[in-house]
Amino acid sequence: MLRRVALLLALLLAPLAAMAVEPDEILNDAKLEARARTLSAELRCMVCQNESIDESHADLARDLRLLVRERLQAGDSDEQIRAFLVQRYGDFILLKPPFKLATWLLWGAPFLVLVAGASAIIFAVRRHRGSIASPDGLSESERAKLESLLGKDGFS
Amino acid sequence: MIVETGHYALVLALALALVNSVVPIWGGATQDRRLMAVAPSVALAGFGLVAYAFFALTYAHVVSDFSLANVVENSHSAKPLIYKITGVWGNHEGSMLLWVLVLSVFAAAVALFSGSMPEDLRANVLAVQSWIAAAFLLFILLTSNPFARLAEPPPEGNDLNPLLQDPGLAIHPPLLYLGYVGLSITYSFAAAALISGRIDAVFARFVRPWTLIAWICLTLGIAMGSYWAYYTLGWGGFWFWDPVENASLMPWLAATALLHCTAVMEKRDALKIWTIFSAILAFSLSLLGTFLVRSGVLTSVHAFASDPTRGIFILAILVIFIGGSLALFAVRAGGLKQGGLFAPVSREGALVLNNLLLTTCCATVFIGTLYPLALEALTGEKISVGPPFFNLTFAPLFVPLFVLMPIGQNLAWKRGDLFGAAQRLAAAIGAGVIAMLALAAWRGGPVVSVILSGLAVYVIIGSFADLGRRLFAGGASVAAAAQRALGLPRQALGAAFAHAGLGVTLLGLAATGWGAEKVIALKPGDVVEIGPYQLAFESVFSRNGPNYSEIVGRTIIRSNGVVKASIEPATRFYPTRRMSRAEAGIATLGLGQVYVSIADAAANGSVNARIFWKPLVALIWIGALIMAFGGGLSLSDRSFRIGVARRAHKAAAIAQPAE
Repeated sequence: MLRRVALLLALLLAPLAAMAVEPDEILNDAKLEARARTLSAELRCMVCQNESIDESHADLARDLRLLVRERLQAGDSDEQIRAFLVQRYGDFILLKPPFKLATWLLWGAPFLVLVAGASAIIFAVRRHRGSIASPDGLSESERAKLESLLGKDGFS
Repeated sequence: MIVETGHYALVLALALALVNSVVPIWGGATQDRRLMAVAPSVALAGFGLVAYAFFALTYAHVVSDFSLANVVENSHSAKPLIYKITGVWGNHEGSMLLWVLVLSVFAAAVALFSGSMPEDLRANVLAVQSWIAAAFLLFILLTSNPFARLAEPPPEGNDLNPLLQDPGLAIHPPLLYLGYVGLSITYSFAAAALISGRIDAVFARFVRPWTLIAWICLTLGIAMGSYWAYYTLGWGGFWFWDPVENASLMPWLAATALLHCTAVMEKRDALKIWTIFSAILAFSLSLLGTFLVRSGVLTSVHAFASDPTRGIFILAILVIFIGGSLALFAVRAGGLKQGGLFAPVSREGALVLNNLLLTTCCATVFIGTLYPLALEALTGEKISVGPPFFNLTFAPLFVPLFVLMPIGQNLAWKRGDLFGAAQRLAAAIGAGVIAMLALAAWRGGPVVSVILSGLAVYVIIGSFADLGRRLFAGGASVAAAAQRALGLPRQALGAAFAHAGLGVTLLGLAATGWGAEKVIALKPGDVVEIGPYQLAFESVFSRNGPNYSEIVGRTIIRSNGVVKASIEPATRFYPTRRMSRAEAGIATLGLGQVYVSIADAAANGSVNARIFWKPLVALIWIGALIMAFGGGLSLSDRSFRIGVARRAHKAAAIAQPAE
C-alpha cells in the first residue's frame, strides 16, 4: 500500500518540475510526448547543478531531450532508453539511483532508521517499565515461595 | 574610515566573546555571582559591536565603496538601493556576518528577557553561546574578511548575481538565519543544562519559547525561499530537493520534533534524554547546513561560495561543537532519571511516534543528501540522488504523520482512548471522505490528488476537533463558545492552527495534480486556452531597467470574455554579469495562479513560452503562514509570560460567565 501511495505521489509530483522543453521539440504523438516528459524529468542534466534535462536550458540537456524523443519514435521502451543512457553516461545520469550493491544502504536507510528507532523505543519502554514495576511485583523465587505456602491453587 | 572601525569592532567582539566563554562558566562552577553577572552585559556589548560592523559593511555597499573587494565583487553603482542593502548578505562574507549578527541578537535577547531564569543556567547558556560566536568570528576574521581593501580600486563593480536581485533576498536569508541560528539557543540551553547537570521541566519551560521563535522563522524562511524559487527560476516548480533546500529542511524537521518533545518534558517530565539529544541535533543540523552551503562541497544552484580552506575551518567547528556536545551528553545522560510513566496509547505515546517519524524523515533527507558525496569519496563512483528518490522515500513517511496528527491531539495525557479519539474525529473523517468523493466525481483526475485532498480536509478539520468539543461542550451557544475561546490556552489554539496550516499546504500540493501546462511558441495576437482561462498574448517589447534590459510579453487573462488580469512575463538580461533570468508573469486568481514564463524572442517575432494553470497553488504558502501564525499564538501563551498571575486572574474572570 505504502509503495503504491509513494509511486502515485511520485507521479503526482513529477509534473511539478516544469519544463525547459521548447515548443519545436514536442512530439505530435501525445502519448509518446508524455512518456518523453516523464523520462526527461528523471534524467540529470550532466553539466548543470541539480537540474533534470526537462528543466534545464543547457545545450546538452536539449540534445538529450531530442535523443530521448528520437529513441521513443524508433520504438524503444523506457527501460531501453534508460539503459542506453546509463551505458553512455553512467548511473550519474539517473536522478533516481538504481538499486544495487552501492546503493542498497541509501534505499534501505529510511526503513532501517525507522526499525532501529522503533526498537530503541520498545527497548527503552520495557526497561523503564521493568525498573519501576519490579519493586512492587514479586520476583520468581518469591512467587514460588508464596505458591508453596498457599498451595498450587492459591487458596486451598 | 568607517570600514576600518567596522573591522576593529569585529576583533573587539571576538575578544568579548572569548571573555564570555570563560568567565560566566567559572562563576557558575565556583558559585561566584559577580562573575556570573558579567555574562549579560558582555553579551549586549558583543551584540552592539557586531551590529556596528554590520552597519559599516552596509554603509560601504550603499555608498558603493569600490575600494572594498566585497563591494566590487557584489555590487554596481547603478544597482537599485534595496539590492545595495540586501547585497550585503548576498555573498559569502556578508552572509557569515549576518549569521554572527543573528547569533549575537539571540544572545542579547537571552540577556535581556531571561530575568526569571536561574542565574547559573543563564550564565552557562550565554557562555556556550559565546563559544559559538567566538568560533564564527574567528572564521570570519581569518578566512572571510568582508572588510578586505583593494590596493587599486576599480571604477565600477561586478554587480550582484541577477538571481539574487530580487525582493526575496531582503526577506529569505534573514528569516532563514533567524531560524537556523535561533536553534543555537536551544543548543546552548542543552549544553548548559548538561554542564550544570540540572535537567528538568524548568529547562523545558525556558527552552520552548526560543525553539518556537526559531521554528516560526525557519517555517517562514523556507516558505519564502520556495516562493522565490517558484517565481524566479521560471519553470514553475517550488521544491527541488536541492541539497541547499535540504540543508534548511533538516533543521526544520528536527526543530519540529524538538517542539513536540519539549511539550512532553514540560508537562510530564518525561523524555528528558531524548529532548536534550534533539536540542543538540537540531543545531548540529543547522551547522551542517552552514557547512554544506558555505564550503561549496555541494555545488548547487544556491551555492555562491567555494573555497576549500573555508570548508575545512567550518568542518572543524562542526566537529568540535557536535562532538563536544555529544561527549558531554554521553557523560551525563546515564545519570538522568526517567520521569512520568505513560501508556503506549496516550498523548505522550503519540508524540513519541511523531518524533520517530519526523526523525526518520530527517535521517532520510540527511542520507539522501550526503550519500552521493560519501560514495564518491569512498569508491569514486558517481551517482545522483534527485527528486524521485526523495518523493519515493519521504512521502510514505509523511503520509502517516498526517493521519496521526489529529488523533494525537485527541488523546489524553498518560492514558488515551483510541476509540474515543476516533469518535471525536468522526466529523473530520466524514468530511475527508466526502471531499474525496466529491472531488472524484467533479474533477476526476489523478487518484493521488483526490486521496491527498481528502487527507488534507481531514487534517484541517481534525486539528480543531478537540477545541470545538471543548467550546461547544454541553450544547453551548455560539456566543458562549466564542467567549470560551478567549479563555482557551493559546498553546492548544496555536497547535490547532499549526496543524491545520500543514493540512492547508497539503491541499495546495494535492491540487497541483489538476494543473495544466502548455509549452508553446507565441506571436502577438495569439490566444491560448489554459484551465478555465483564455490568455491573449498582446505584444512583445523591450525596455530598460536600472541595470538590466528586458523583453516583455504583455498578456491579458480573460474568463468568458471578462478581463481578469494583465501580466508582463519577462526575460531580463544583466550586461555586467552577462547573465539572464526569467521574471515570470503571475496572476493570482482566487487561490490559483496563472503562471507565464517566456524565453528570448526568436527572429520571426515569436517567443517560446511556458504557460501553467495552477489551481489552489497559493495554499502551499498560505499554509506555511498559518503554521507560523499558530506558532505565534502558542508563543503568546500566558505560561510563557511574566506577570502570569495577574493575567490568569483576568482570563478566569472572562471565562467564568461561560461556564
